[in-house]
Amino acid sequence: MRDRVLIFAGLSLFLALVTYPVWQGLAARSSTAGPVLPATAAGQKCVAPRDVMRVAHMEMLMSWRDLKVRENQRTYTAADGTVYTIDLTATCLTQCHGPKEKFCDSCHAYAGVPAVNCWSCHTSPPAAPNPGELR
Amino acid sequence: MGPLSSAIGVVALIVLAALAGASEPGRVVLGLVIPYAALATFLAGICYRLVQWALAPVPFRIPTTCGQQKSLPWIKSARLDNPSTGLGAVGRMALEVLLFRSLFRNNQAELYERRFVFGDSKYLWLGALAFHWSLLIVLLRHLRLPVEPVPQFVLALNAVDGFFQIGAPVLYLSNLIVLGALVYLLLRRWRDPQLRYISQFSDYFAPLLLLGIAVSGMLMRYGAGADVVAVKRFAIGLATFQPVLPEGLGLLFWIHLLLVSALAACFPFSKLMHMGGVFLSPTRNLANNSRIKRHINPWNYPVKTHTYAEWEHEFHDKIKAAGIPLDEEQKNG
Repeated sequence: MRDRVLIFAGLSLFLALVTYPVWQGLAARSSTAGPVLPATAAGQKCVAPRDVMRVAHMEMLMSWRDLKVRENQRTYTAADGTVYTIDLTATCLTQCHGPKEKFCDSCHAYAGVPAVNCWSCHTSPPAAPNPGELR
Repeated sequence: MGPLSSAIGVVALIVLAALAGASEPGRVVLGLVIPYAALATFLAGICYRLVQWALAPVPFRIPTTCGQQKSLPWIKSARLDNPSTGLGAVGRMALEVLLFRSLFRNNQAELYERRFVFGDSKYLWLGALAFHWSLLIVLLRHLRLPVEPVPQFVLALNAVDGFFQIGAPVLYLSNLIVLGALVYLLLRRWRDPQLRYISQFSDYFAPLLLLGIAVSGMLMRYGAGADVVAVKRFAIGLATFQPVLPEGLGLLFWIHLLLVSALAACFPFSKLMHMGGVFLSPTRNLANNSRIKRHINPWNYPVKTHTYAEWEHEFHDKIKAAGIPLDEEQKNG
């Protein structure tokens, strides 16, 4: 009889742990909306379509690093023929997306990928780009 | 037949997920109906099995003794391998659950230069330990998806697991270990003739399913990629009963989810229930104190007895007449 108390206590503990996402989500009133990104600068076009960037931006940034730092190739030609200067801070963030705290970090904190090692070399631009500024 | 039919089963699930994931109604079934049904089966099934086990009577102490029992004070007893106290039994269970003590005891006999030799074989223990621990880490890491904000310990686990920062997304060591251990354990089962002889469908199905889950998950992370924000929105929706089907959940994701759902649904009815069963093994979780404490079967009914004293009393005169000595008189005299 004493063992049954232990068994049911253990089972309850297991159920409480397994359903942690459920009761935590209900208690914290988690929403399925996802992070809201700041609007990009007007009239700008990304180096790749949004679907591709969402899934593969990290691979692109790694290949950009290899191209620029290791192969001394400082431009990237997009699929549509546009030529971009390879530069995370000056091209991606300064011209379109704004400071990393508002752009990169919102999704990265949301998805639990905070420890990327971009920022041991790169800096974040201090302010959002002016709308309509030329590339 | 086991390896083939279970492989066909896993491939059929993958094909099913790929077909259903391509259409909108299929995605509703894959993303909303099946996960809820599978999780409900998982939880209800585990409760059912554990309650069944909890209600089974264990009137006596039946531990397997793996060391010297506690006897005289000057004889050294094995306090963890043959515990005589509750605390010792807890220690034994901790060794079993966390470090797989009984697998560590595994040994192997073989003919070596026409001699029969008998020795330790730690590979099963090592493979099982590597597999279970990395599976636990992988499972805990997944908490970053249905929980918002991500708990600190999950972030810490991610950082340790991806310590070497190989590539982007960062390579998780637990992924490599779980894959290697699964492949080793499957090959071991398949290549060893004795082991293969006693292996059945379910012995191959669960590891193959786990292999499918691991490979589809790793392809999502290191191969084709997945929109993690969409996956997280989906996971939160599932966890908080406000289901959504965001754009950008790829085919690999549906395959991964269906395989996980299949694993969860068959979990309570398969050998995977050793997760709960290991805690309820009477041969492991009982203290071996039968010689210290008397355990009386609680549902013993009163047995009608007729003792020698009563019998002697009944035939007192006849025994006396036959000249047979009486216990009664010897005690008194």
